[in-house]
Amino acid sequence: MSRLNPGNVELARTIISRYPRPRSALIPLLHVAQEQEGWVSPEAMAHIAELVDLAPAEVLGTASFYGMFKREPVGRYVVSVCTNISCLLLGGEELLEHCERTLGIKPGATTSDGMFTLEDVECIAACTDAPCLQVNYRYFLRISHDEVDALVDDLRAGRRTDEVPPHGTLTRIRQDIRPERWVGRGAEGLPPEIR
Amino acid sequence: MAVSDRSPIVTTRFERGDAHTLEGYLATGGYAALRKALAMTPDEVIEQVKAANLQGRGGAGFPAGAKWSFLPKDVFPRYFVVNGDESEPGTCKDRPLMERDPHQLIEGLLISCYAVRASQAFIYVRGEMALAQERLAIALNGAYAAGYIGKDILGSGWSLDVVLHWGAGAYIVGEETALIESLEGQRGMPRLKPPYFPAAKGLYMQPTVVNNVETLSYIPWVLQHGGEAYAAIGTEKATGLRLFALSGHVRRPGVYEVEMGTTTFRDLVEAPVYGGGMRHGNKLKAFVPGGASAPWFYPEQLDLPLDSSVVGPAGSMLGSGAVVIMDETTCAVRAAWRLVRFFAHESCGKCTPCREGASWIEKIMRRIEKGTGREEDLDLLLDVGDNISPGPFPRPAVDGEEAVPFPYKQTTICPLGPSTVSPVHSSIFRFRDEYRIHIKEGGCPYG
Ligand SMILES: Cc1cc2nc3c(=O)[nH]c(=O)nc-3n(C[C@H](O)[C@H](O)[C@H](O)COP(=O)(O)O)c2cc1C
Ligand code: SF4
Ligand code: FES
Repeated sequence: MSRLNPGNVELARTIISRYPRPRSALIPLLHVAQEQEGWVSPEAMAHIAELVDLAPAEVLGTASFYGMFKREPVGRYVVSVCTNISCLLLGGEELLEHCERTLGIKPGATTSDGMFTLEDVECIAACTDAPCLQVNYRYFLRISHDEVDALVDDLRAGRRTDEVPPHGTLTRIRQDIRPERWVGRGAEGLPPEIR
Repeated sequence: MAVSDRSPIVTTRFERGDAHTLEGYLATGGYAALRKALAMTPDEVIEQVKAANLQGRGGAGFPAGAKWSFLPKDVFPRYFVVNGDESEPGTCKDRPLMERDPHQLIEGLLISCYAVRASQAFIYVRGEMALAQERLAIALNGAYAAGYIGKDILGSGWSLDVVLHWGAGAYIVGEETALIESLEGQRGMPRLKPPYFPAAKGLYMQPTVVNNVETLSYIPWVLQHGGEAYAAIGTEKATGLRLFALSGHVRRPGVYEVEMGTTTFRDLVEAPVYGGGMRHGNKLKAFVPGGASAPWFYPEQLDLPLDSSVVGPAGSMLGSGAVVIMDETTCAVRAAWRLVRFFAHESCGKCTPCREGASWIEKIMRRIEKGTGREEDLDLLLDVGDNISPGPFPRPAVDGEEAVPFPYKQTTICPLGPSTVSPVHSSIFRFRDEYRIHIKEGGCPYG
């Protein structure tokens, strides 16, 4: 719904400065926008376009290619259930059906209280811990149907928020480079100094 | 049963819980290999990696040392990109390396960048891996602050920046040229090779090395112990140790660090330290030997060694090190359809045979599985597949028929197209009767 706030503009400028070309920062900046609002609004994309000197259509062109960027508001918790091969073999589809019943929604939908969005997703690289799901990209491995219900209850009641931050928060720890340690020669045509 | 008693290399710190902190890593000998490398010339480092015959672990299995030698001489800037996009179904061995021992990856990356004289490095991590992002951020922050990354690394005069990059959910971005496009802020669509081999025309059309997380994680050990020591593990053609993600119907699914060449698929499935046998003592029906893209193997192939030079001619690939075990309770049509659905969903749309073909195959497979398939659908499936990957399609030797060796042919820009055909062909080839039953009886006999 809005442009990046001043703190995030500063963060965006720091991120941009780490790449030889500004456009490379596009995906990280879209994540910053999603962190602020929980989704990526047209206003945020237009603002990002200004920051990296692109047309808004180019930002949308990239954003729409990547499944993590939500271009409509989603629930506070996005529940992503894997139904790909390794999970399929060990109850992934049943897990998804159970989530549908518990949340009362189909994949792609959001509960009416705005708390949960359900997704049927491809492999999330936890195949040896099937069946599994993510909530806001935090893993829940070899999860039982009862554990799903307990998790949903806890999140609804505002518990376990340290484990699962709100949707959009990709990482709570960012890369931090002190200016005096930064080399900044990635764009230069010179060989690095090696004896 | 030949289970190697060789001690592990890249998983030794997995149980510590603090390896992502600089203190934890240094306490276990961390960064000694980097110091050793910095006392050598870059070419001497490359020689060690060549001697190790360290084969890439991202899928193609190309030796890292040889890949590095393709960089054109004296063209700068040149870039190093870590492929941490791990999304091939069945594969989950790079994530633990990033979460549980990120410094090992960073040290391997630094040594590699020094060897190829890279101007800047990027670690491209799959967007959905929040914990890996956090652990890598902690590790990078620690290493930057303590002088292992950045200006004048360990007082050697050599400097390098390493930037952590976030993906955002797209399987195709794991393909190296698509990864580069994505890192340029574009849609992640593969580039045509030739001419866009990353070594010559990579990131910003400059020389670029793309290596997998696991490949780089082995580099510190190789430098510490020497390339020859690494090459002495395993067999001559299948050197070293490698991580295998063993999933599906075994008693103990898990990620295991296994000696190449001397270990077989049967060892992986049956050895008590690995799979521990089939779940419920059921019978093996088929298995995927190297990630969703690989043609399937059947019980007859269980005794093949984990060696690409054997598995390739036998009709499949070790690919991304993902072995998916399917027992007799598995519906072959459903399993194949789920894999096809994946590829159809992930096709980037750049080539017509893949974009159109994958979605057609998915629709036909779906109607067969749902019970509304037609008799002529099987030929149609094979026909659409043939447009993407002209036959004969790779498959193992079964019932007196000879194997068709890997790799597959392709009419497409990248191998994702033919990967769609793998599960279709593998399941029709061996389980044609199951398709017939689906079609005749109007549904899945497995319920
Ligand atoms: C469709 C497709 C997906 C791929 N996905 C990955 C991946 O997720 N991670 C990876 O390391 N390599 C992946 N690869 C292989 C890369 O293109 C490349 O070969 C690899 O990163 C090189 O690193 P290596 O030489 O260390 O193996 C993929 C290839 C294709 C065709
Ligand atoms: S084969 Fe498929 S995924 Fe690969 S470039 Fe062509 S359309 Fe894209
Ligand atoms: S198949 Fe479900 S996590 Fe990989």
